[in-house]
Amino acid sequence: MPKDTGIGASTVRREDVRFLTGTGEYTDDIVLAKQTYAVFARSTVAHGTIKSIDTSAAEAMPGVLAVFTGEDFVEVGGNPAGWLINSRDGEPMKEPKRPVLAHGKVRHVGDAYAAVIAETIEQARDAVEAIEADIDELPAVVDMNDALSGSNFVHDEIETNQCFDWGWIEDNREATDNAIKNAHHVTTLELVNNRLVPNAMEPRASIGSYKASTGEYTLHTTSQNPHLTRLLISAFVLGIPENMLTVIAPDVGGGFGSKIYHYGEEALVLAAAKKLGRPVKWTADRTESFLTDAHGRDHVTKIELALDAEGNFLAFRTDTKANVGAYLSNFSTATPTFLHGTLMAGNYTVPLVYVNVKAVFTNTAPVDAYRGAGRPEATYSLERVIDKAARELGMDPIELRRKNFIKPDQYPYASAAGLEYDAGNYDALMDKMEEVADVAGFEARRQASEAKGLLRGFGVNAYIEACGIAPSNLVGVLGSRVGLYDAATVRVNATGNLSVMVGAHSHGQGHETAFPQVVAEMLGIDPAVIDIVHGDTSKIPFGMGTYGSRSLAVCGSAVVRATEKIINKAKKIAGHMLEASEHDITLSDGVFSVDGTDKSVTFGEVALKAYIPHEYPLEDIEPGLEETAFYDPANFTYPSGAYACEVEVDPDTGKVRVDRMTAVDDFGNVINPMIVTGQVHGGLAQGIGQALVENTSYDENGQLLSASYMDYTMPRADDMPMFAVDHSQGTLCTHNPLGVKGCGEAGAIGSPPTVVNAVIDALQSGGRNVTHIDMPVTPARVWDAMQNAK
Amino acid sequence: MTKVTMTVNGKAVSGDVEGRTLLSSFLREDQGLTGTHVGCDTSQCGACVVHVDGAAVKACTMLAAEADGAEVNTIEGQANADGSLNVIQQAFQDHHGLQCGFCTPGMVMSAAALLKDNPKPSEQEVRDYLEGNICRCTGYHNIVKAIMAASGQDVPAMAAE
Ligand code: FES
Ligand code: FES
Repeated sequence: MPKDTGIGASTVRREDVRFLTGTGEYTDDIVLAKQTYAVFARSTVAHGTIKSIDTSAAEAMPGVLAVFTGEDFVEVGGNPAGWLINSRDGEPMKEPKRPVLAHGKVRHVGDAYAAVIAETIEQARDAVEAIEADIDELPAVVDMNDALSGSNFVHDEIETNQCFDWGWIEDNREATDNAIKNAHHVTTLELVNNRLVPNAMEPRASIGSYKASTGEYTLHTTSQNPHLTRLLISAFVLGIPENMLTVIAPDVGGGFGSKIYHYGEEALVLAAAKKLGRPVKWTADRTESFLTDAHGRDHVTKIELALDAEGNFLAFRTDTKANVGAYLSNFSTATPTFLHGTLMAGNYTVPLVYVNVKAVFTNTAPVDAYRGAGRPEATYSLERVIDKAARELGMDPIELRRKNFIKPDQYPYASAAGLEYDAGNYDALMDKMEEVADVAGFEARRQASEAKGLLRGFGVNAYIEACGIAPSNLVGVLGSRVGLYDAATVRVNATGNLSVMVGAHSHGQGHETAFPQVVAEMLGIDPAVIDIVHGDTSKIPFGMGTYGSRSLAVCGSAVVRATEKIINKAKKIAGHMLEASEHDITLSDGVFSVDGTDKSVTFGEVALKAYIPHEYPLEDIEPGLEETAFYDPANFTYPSGAYACEVEVDPDTGKVRVDRMTAVDDFGNVINPMIVTGQVHGGLAQGIGQALVENTSYDENGQLLSASYMDYTMPRADDMPMFAVDHSQGTLCTHNPLGVKGCGEAGAIGSPPTVVNAVIDALQSGGRNVTHIDMPVTPARVWDAMQNAK
Repeated sequence: MTKVTMTVNGKAVSGDVEGRTLLSSFLREDQGLTGTHVGCDTSQCGACVVHVDGAAVKACTMLAAEADGAEVNTIEGQANADGSLNVIQQAFQDHHGLQCGFCTPGMVMSAAALLKDNPKPSEQEVRDYLEGNICRCTGYHNIVKAIMAASGQDVPAMAAE
């Protein structure tokens, strides 16, 4: 029977009530006394030299309080890259400065070169129009091949558009080349992982404020990790002492990666607030979001798979160009490397992997982690080429995968791409997928589609991802400039209710409901008396935020550790109250009792005693009941899954419809199945969106053609089927206290290759030999592929 | 500046607006009703849906001056008189029809308009009706389920969950 409280219960979300009644508080909803408004002047050309900027007319406009340009920020720092990548020759990556406002050159359409602060947003908008910027347009660098071969540089000072040329694992290069040269069969595929815009429904927004009497700054901002934003602003950009800056991320309307990073607008509103002595608010409109939010994916890859005569995988070799855009966003160098190359062995016992990634600067918006970040790119390449190999060898795609799966008795398993997988059971996932997706019934459904004149295809995929980002020791070796632990404080108040301060940030994930389930289970108390505090650097100990499916695996583990400390101390207090040794005290259902006696005190009585310490052994126990823990994991967690998709293709129009989508995932232990299922649903929709409809398109001049919802196709309700989601086959993570793995990105990782494999299967019918279509698989592309394959 | 007067969630309100002031801005900034969200600038996302004289309207596509004299209802006025969630809101909570909550006010207002016209929609009718509401979080599955449940219907999943 499903539980109705604690770990494993599908508790409905307490945060829903405020969102359903319109009383959530998102950044743009906040009104600070005497607030002013910032509007940015943004480049309309992709590449240009700033000759001069005349702000005098703008400054004279009604309501205008200040105008800033890049000149005002030459003395301060820049927005840094969080991850140092070394090229194959040992050279460190190229790191051009990313200033608060463009200075000298503009480098992509939307690059901000000035900002107006005014009494009203309309006045600020009008004044931006009056700024006279003399910008000499330069030829734009858009195509990655042109960028690497030409001498037109996005950043003149580095005299190249190549950020790095990375090899993984460099020591395997020769052996991999030889394995491919000598193999019985090699399957090759060239593919594009299409550029996406994350499109959280809440546009980015920030309010800076400053208190002259104390020198304190406050930034309200749409962030997935307020502490990292504070750290970057303090240590790298503005130099505000960390203890003088509070960053608050209130309710945040989705992130999907795009709100991990620090952006220049945040620094601008803080600097402007100090200058004016009044709060300064900026809210992006959707066009600005398209132009300036960090985009995702944008890889061009050639992958080769070498196999022996029996279908055993011998080696994977990939050659990838990864677009990083005009500037390095905070994690943009980690995404195509350590979040991608290290997963290139997939779920398989392949002995050799070699990955080469060249990161390329272009005159486009910065590209960084988007839901899955590197792992969708790895999975897509692997799972597409495996399907193609199966077809070339005349093998069943499920059987070929099973043949090469790591088996349950092989853990811990050292993958050929350098990770140590701790637990999994890929055959069990595949078995379950075959059952849930009713693979046996496919043929009958195919015939039914055919009778309607439609082509039906079946696609499958197996994935593994590295989540719970991440062990600081490991990422330190890999080039990370930050630690990736997390922290939590459990505060038991005198009256017995609890505040749990967490470093993770909830922007849709339901932490306010799920974290209390964990604490309540451990203490045996009602979750309703436990509140989660998140998103405010002045209230929580520290944190590295929410991304990489890390909240529960890393921050949840910190919550467990802090709660364990609470239990230990509470047992001491109970022992004192009951005149027994703390070692003889057992906590069960919220009651501390002395083993073998009927003496007991409740959790609430212990809490009260901690704060009213009359007759209290002060030499042994401090008053109060509050504990903090920092948790740094020993390894990544490794969620995995088996997905299936059935599509119907209309041969007359090329239109693809997803009819059935099945996701069977191993997330380890599941705290709230309802929330986990919802996370998978959202990921599936983003993955199906990538596969079928979403695309970010720049023209050869670097103009973004898809800068609105009229041009960038978002998946809508009528593009989606009902999903079948299962997480019954969990194997426990072996190294964190809850045995959890993380579920936020899985759907977006597993679904794109599944959908495209299904489309190709459909297009194989009727004697056509379509072997490849790039995403998004639009009707036009399907039509072309069918005509070319005739 | 022109003076506009309207009824918002049953209360008479008035304010001075510029000709260009959108109904969404009037509600959010003048009235402090920030439950109506703005997610785009091309009338595509539906985060701003409110009811004007009983019909679902994207508040970002209507001028405040055009709503002069109208009866406007927003997400803030949807709960039952005792403050409890109404049937649609409750169905969204019960079926996890929201994650970040940003699209949610528009979804709830659209769902209410749909069910008023079509009390027992099919799954396909629900999906078609939501064409103007974008959600990036839920994949729509649980939104569709919630709206079906609010209409007293179950929606068969593709397979057991
Ligand atoms: S804000 Fe009105 S439709 Fe997007
Ligand atoms: S719940 Fe986040 S956009 Fe719908």
